[in-house]
Amino acid sequence: MADKLRTQQQLEALQNKYIGTGHADTTKHEWTSNIARDSYASFQGHPPLLHYMSIGMGQGVERTRVHCMESMVLPCGPAPATEEG
Amino acid sequence: MSDADFKRVREAQAERNASGKKSGKGGANGQRQNESKVSLTDAMDTDLYSKDSGDKFAGYNTSIAAGDDEMMADADEDDEQDGRLVGQYTATAAQIGEWATGDTAEDDILESREKKAQIASRETDYQKRRFKRGFEDGEAKSYKETMQEREMEREEERVRRLIEEQDKEKIARGDDDDEMDGVVEHQATLKDGTPERDVKKVENGDGENGATEAKPRVRKRRWDTSAEDAATAEEGAADTNGSTTNGGTVAKKSRWDTTAAPNGDAAATKKRSKWDVAAAAGSATPAVGPVPGQAMSSFGTDISSRNAPLSDEELDEMLPSEGFKILEPPPGYEPTRAPARRLAPAATPANTGGFMMQESVDPRSMGKQLPSDIPGVGDLQFFKAEDMAYFGKLVDGADENELSVEELKQRKIMRLLLKVKNGTPPMRKTALRQITDNARHFGAGALFDQILPLLMEKSLEDQERHLLVKVIDRVLYKLDDLVRPYVHKILVVIEPLLIDQDYYARVEGREIISNLAKAAGLAHMISTMRPDIDHVDEYVRNTTARAFAVVASALGIPTLLPFLKAVCKSKKSWQARHTGVKIVQQIPILMGCAVLPHLKGLVDCIAENLNDEQAKVRTVTSLALAALAEASNPFGIESFDDILNPLWTGARKQRGKGLAGFLKAVGYIIPLMDEEYSNYYTGQIMEILLREFASPDEEMKKVVLKVISQCAGTSGVTAQYLKEKVLNDFFKSFWVRRMALDKRNYKQVVETTVDLGNKVGVGEIVERVVNNLKDESESYRKMTVETIEKVISAMGAADINERLEERLVDGILHALQEQSVEDVVLLNGFGTVVNALGVRCKPYLPQIVSTILWRLNNKSATVRQQAADLITRIAIVMKQCGEDGLMGKLSTVLYEYLGEEYPEVLGSILGAMRSIVTVVGIASMQPPIKDLLPRLTPILRNRHEKVQENTIDLVGRIADRGPESVNAREWMRICFELLDMLKAHKKGIRRAANNTFGFIAKAIGPQDVLATLLNNLRVQERQSRVCTAVAIGIVAETCAPFTVLPALMNEYRVPELNVQNGVLKSLSFLFEYIGEMAKDYVYAVTPLIEDALVDRDQVHRQTAASVVKHIALGVVGLGCEDAMLHLLNLLYPNIFETSPHVIDRVIEAIDAVRVAVGTGAVMNYVWAGLFHPARKVRVPYWRLYNEAYVQSADAMVPYYPVVEEDVAAMVGRVELGVMI
Repeated sequence: MADKLRTQQQLEALQNKYIGTGHADTTKHEWTSNIARDSYASFQGHPPLLHYMSIGMGQGVERTRVHCMESMVLPCGPAPATEEG
Repeated sequence: MSDADFKRVREAQAERNASGKKSGKGGANGQRQNESKVSLTDAMDTDLYSKDSGDKFAGYNTSIAAGDDEMMADADEDDEQDGRLVGQYTATAAQIGEWATGDTAEDDILESREKKAQIASRETDYQKRRFKRGFEDGEAKSYKETMQEREMEREEERVRRLIEEQDKEKIARGDDDDEMDGVVEHQATLKDGTPERDVKKVENGDGENGATEAKPRVRKRRWDTSAEDAATAEEGAADTNGSTTNGGTVAKKSRWDTTAAPNGDAAATKKRSKWDVAAAAGSATPAVGPVPGQAMSSFGTDISSRNAPLSDEELDEMLPSEGFKILEPPPGYEPTRAPARRLAPAATPANTGGFMMQESVDPRSMGKQLPSDIPGVGDLQFFKAEDMAYFGKLVDGADENELSVEELKQRKIMRLLLKVKNGTPPMRKTALRQITDNARHFGAGALFDQILPLLMEKSLEDQERHLLVKVIDRVLYKLDDLVRPYVHKILVVIEPLLIDQDYYARVEGREIISNLAKAAGLAHMISTMRPDIDHVDEYVRNTTARAFAVVASALGIPTLLPFLKAVCKSKKSWQARHTGVKIVQQIPILMGCAVLPHLKGLVDCIAENLNDEQAKVRTVTSLALAALAEASNPFGIESFDDILNPLWTGARKQRGKGLAGFLKAVGYIIPLMDEEYSNYYTGQIMEILLREFASPDEEMKKVVLKVISQCAGTSGVTAQYLKEKVLNDFFKSFWVRRMALDKRNYKQVVETTVDLGNKVGVGEIVERVVNNLKDESESYRKMTVETIEKVISAMGAADINERLEERLVDGILHALQEQSVEDVVLLNGFGTVVNALGVRCKPYLPQIVSTILWRLNNKSATVRQQAADLITRIAIVMKQCGEDGLMGKLSTVLYEYLGEEYPEVLGSILGAMRSIVTVVGIASMQPPIKDLLPRLTPILRNRHEKVQENTIDLVGRIADRGPESVNAREWMRICFELLDMLKAHKKGIRRAANNTFGFIAKAIGPQDVLATLLNNLRVQERQSRVCTAVAIGIVAETCAPFTVLPALMNEYRVPELNVQNGVLKSLSFLFEYIGEMAKDYVYAVTPLIEDALVDRDQVHRQTAASVVKHIALGVVGLGCEDAMLHLLNLLYPNIFETSPHVIDRVIEAIDAVRVAVGTGAVMNYVWAGLFHPARKVRVPYWRLYNEAYVQSADAMVPYYPVVEEDVAAMVGRVELGVMI
């Protein structure tokens, strides 16, 4: 009982610190959003990768970066309206 | 002297005066007739020092430090000596009380343990004043009403003081007869210092006029209101008299009805006769619980038994059965459940000797013990007599079905509270959870009505208080703003915690108040606490100030600042200003450097109070400034710009207590200044400091010392200046024997001298104090040694010239020899001086060594021990001086003392031996190692920790540096002895033993040692096995793994669980220690681990997992990925383990493998289960995912699976697909 409580608290603390972590009730939408955001953040954090992508997409590095930034807003569209469970 | 003592003295005086007045005899107090002499304690110049202003300490803070930090102590304490300008000729209060309190206090064996556990019995008189605060003025009244009531109380106080003054004047004018003069004179002086103490009596008016004979004890509140009081009350509040004066008077508990309070209406109780009680109890509830009064008294000791209510049987016997009828109790009646303490020692005169009939044992007093089992609660840990008053309802046997919902709720809460308070830990836990979960359902009222009175119970113990406070804390969270109507009541109960001696109680108090503030909101907190800010009772003001500081820290200083500004500038009463400033003082104490952003605001808030007309306000302002400066050090001088001028000019004007405060503020502000300014301002203040060097006042001395050391620490003050202006006076006033006697002074003086020394240099200081080393007072010598030690260890001995060096060594040797109690101070001092002098010591070494040898021979064990310790300290210097011969002599002598019987001394001797071995080396050790080591082997069996630690260290050193000097057989013998040491409690010993195994194995080869260790794996004791496993790991590390692994793996074939486990554990340690070397052994051990990982026993798998972890972390990037992946496959099914240890190890191992083989590969295992239909599967998978995410989120990006979305809008990270 106490253990369960402790794990619960630990998980909450973890989640406060790292938004991308999940739990058994994480929905597909939440998870994919996090994945997308992490990915875009990561692209921006690695300039060579960003550069490579810009060349591939035929646009300026800065434009690609802005694109990555903007894509982080609702990367998977709004959350599904109805909760199944 | 405590307040209680004072009170007693004063009462005795009042009595004596009363009798003296009646009989006209002055004989009884002849010794006190000092009218022809000037009073020792009173000021001569009454014009200047305003004796005629009545009590010049009016409104002074009589609070005590309450074990708070020093800062608060300074701010609060207000003993009588302060303010006296004439020297005190008695011992200080601290000296008088030295044996009564604190560490030196003698234990009162008569005081039972139970009594000691009670909080109230530990509290000072000041803290006990909390009991005088009632709940009456809760939120029931409006803000306006409360304020009016406060106004009324203040008015009463003023009038009372006026009357007092009149009385005093009358006496001073000599209205009384001549004989009384001496007495009167005496009274007046005592009176001067004490009236503020009386304020605490305000609430019940009792004892207020105790010392004033002409108007003996105006006990207005006890039976009725006295004439004056009523008059003032009427003129003061014609509109509110109903609720305030009368209501207030009734509500203020007299001594008589306090006890009835818990169950409410005292008036109703009074009207009842004993008849009612007995009849009601009998008819309504035949199986009634014990009447509380009796419950407490045990058999035979109860002198009040004849006053106890008659039982039903007795009444039946006494009264005729006809013509009488037993009445039903009126509806709504409930029997009195007064706390037992009221009945027990009451009005019954004790049997005072003489003849007494032997009474037969009263059957009523037997078998009516306290209930051990409360219905619906279960077995409690304890049940106290006092608990009956609160929880009595639970045992009245009422039928639950007939009770209303409210009553049922009340009982439910009661039961839960009882479980929390008195229950066993598991009971407590569930009860606490139930209360928390149902808090909103119960409602704030029902809960707090029961919790709060419990907290005010006098017999409360720490643990109970802690638990109840915890309940409040939990409930607060749940209730949130529902708590508002109870804020004041909660504060009344919780505020005393803020001045508790116990640190944790204070923290708890802060926590609650801060939560309360967050729940109730600032506006509500302010309106609730505002009336207490200028409360007549200083205690209330003090605690309120502290509570406000907590509120400020909870809700932020800026939100409270406007309010504080208004309070500090209050025109209406100085008390409000005082409290306001006090809040500002408490904020930095509470929050530390977090005040910095708001420093300017806070300083501006109190700036004007520095020139307040009330001395008390000025003082507290200076203390607040000191606290602010201390907290903001070393920043924020610009915030203090405005007050620098008033502070410095103010310091010139003040005297006594006020000056101490100002100096303190100055002392804390100077270190904030830059060089130039600090120099200037120090010069400005130094004159006053030098003057106050001579002050007899302890408090002043403390402040002056502190300020001096702070000034000396700033860069603006030069050594030259200190040498010229300060040092002479300083040494003249503070380096006197008397200062060494009091521990606090001692510490302060040493500290200040060291600070000065840091500026002016070692030579200057040592030169001045070195002669004291030969002083006849031991504590003075010790103080000198400590100072020298600190100064020299900070700055070295280069500054000490030849002549001084001679005197120093001579003096310190003298001090060493003369000590009557062996003290570590001298030992440290000696060691530091010798080490600092280094080779310059050479001429003195023969003398020192002969002293040591002499003392090694001493009869007293502590002397021998100290001598041995001394050798440890100076061994290095002896080597530096090239005194190898002397060292040889010393170690030979030490060797002979190895038969020492006192373990402490033996430990020191071994330590000395070790230090000599370390510096002279194994080869040139005298006596030779081959003689020494066999002598040590039996000592290894000694169970004393100090001995064990030192021997094992010595043996380990020998094994490390010169194993060849002893043959292998001896080493094996030592190995066996060492096995026992693996069970030692002290970690250091176990570690040393393990290391020694490594050294020995290196010396004589691992085979024999390993055989010993492997055998030891079969023992039962877990700790021993664990340590053996560690030792095997160490042996493997020192002798290369290939010498150990084959034997170890062979051992795994033993079909015994313990052994196999031990082997796995050894492997785990082994791989942890060998790190990268593991890459050569991975494939060798893989089959073994395979086997372990698929074992039935989960401990097996757990240990195997930890082996995997260490191997994996060792071989990162070394090309063993295939083996790791193979192990991962075996490991992976274990993620469904539920036992916490097992699952933790397994997850760790998977993490380690992830590090070894890369995130991508391991994540392929994880994706499968993240959205598994079964929660049981999802949970561990998400845990793995989270671990991976935290450790290597970035590395996961390329490996995230492609989510096939049915939603067309979703575009999944197409950027990754870019290909050039």
